[in-house]
Amino acid sequence: MKAAVIVFPGSNCDRDCKVALERATGARVSMVWHQDAALPPGLDLIVLPGGFSYGDYLRCGAMAALSPVMGAVRAAADRGVAVAGICNGFQILCEAGLLPGALLRNAALKYVCKFVALEIVNSQTRFTAAYGSSREARMPVGNGEGNYFADGETLDRLEGEGQVVFRYRENPNGSSRDIAGIVNAAGNVLGLMPHPDRAFEPALGSADGARLFQSVMASA
Amino acid sequence: MRAVVQVFLKPGVLDVQGKAVEAALHGLGWSDVSRVRVGRVIELDLAGDDTSQAKARVEAMCEKLLANPVIEGFLVDIPT
Repeated sequence: MKAAVIVFPGSNCDRDCKVALERATGARVSMVWHQDAALPPGLDLIVLPGGFSYGDYLRCGAMAALSPVMGAVRAAADRGVAVAGICNGFQILCEAGLLPGALLRNAALKYVCKFVALEIVNSQTRFTAAYGSSREARMPVGNGEGNYFADGETLDRLEGEGQVVFRYRENPNGSSRDIAGIVNAAGNVLGLMPHPDRAFEPALGSADGARLFQSVMASA
Repeated sequence: MRAVVQVFLKPGVLDVQGKAVEAALHGLGWSDVSRVRVGRVIELDLAGDDTSQAKARVEAMCEKLLANPVIEGFLVDIPT
């Protein structure tokens, strides 16, 4: 099993993602610099990590969405390769148009950094199958602009098509309809604000994030 | 040629910065202030002297990068 973590200038969870993937799944993980126009062959998963790519200039994720590597990420996503954007990675996927909607400044204008309880809304996705009958996961969030927004029609479609994957039990940032994570229509591109990479073994306060990585690797 | 772009959150998208600034203005005594919106101004130079062509080019830049059409609207001005 092979995975790649994309490293943008300002990414700060890239190494966390690598270690989490290695420990949770045993995958071989390559770090890919954002200026690289090609990805390693035979990838089962591409992770866009959290952080502050390009210093959040213009809008969170806007500059990273135009990085050379994103052409290869888009092509891989079109071929059905699993892509997971965590936190800033979720913002990048929205800015790149690989996921619908956008992430606004948090409703309370505060950076939120704490463990949250998530409802697993759809456990039939490539990213959640390993949660089995468990309908709840605990992971930390750490964001200032994690307030998911989409127009009503888009939200209805996401809900109707089972594309809402995670919901906050208690909304920490004002996200529309308590949405914490979504997948694209094809089901192979996931964006979520909470950090599975900060919850992959009990010593971190929760191991629930490990199952996300295990799910996607088992689906490969 | 100089172009000035204003980017604001669309009506209907909650502008939490605007709300916070409005509350602060009220706190300073300007209690009649309402509907504060906080946006962004981007200025840039363009080659050529065809104003309408320049405006169309900057609007294309807004669609692609300078604004996020999901949440933001924009105004392009080419001051003479």
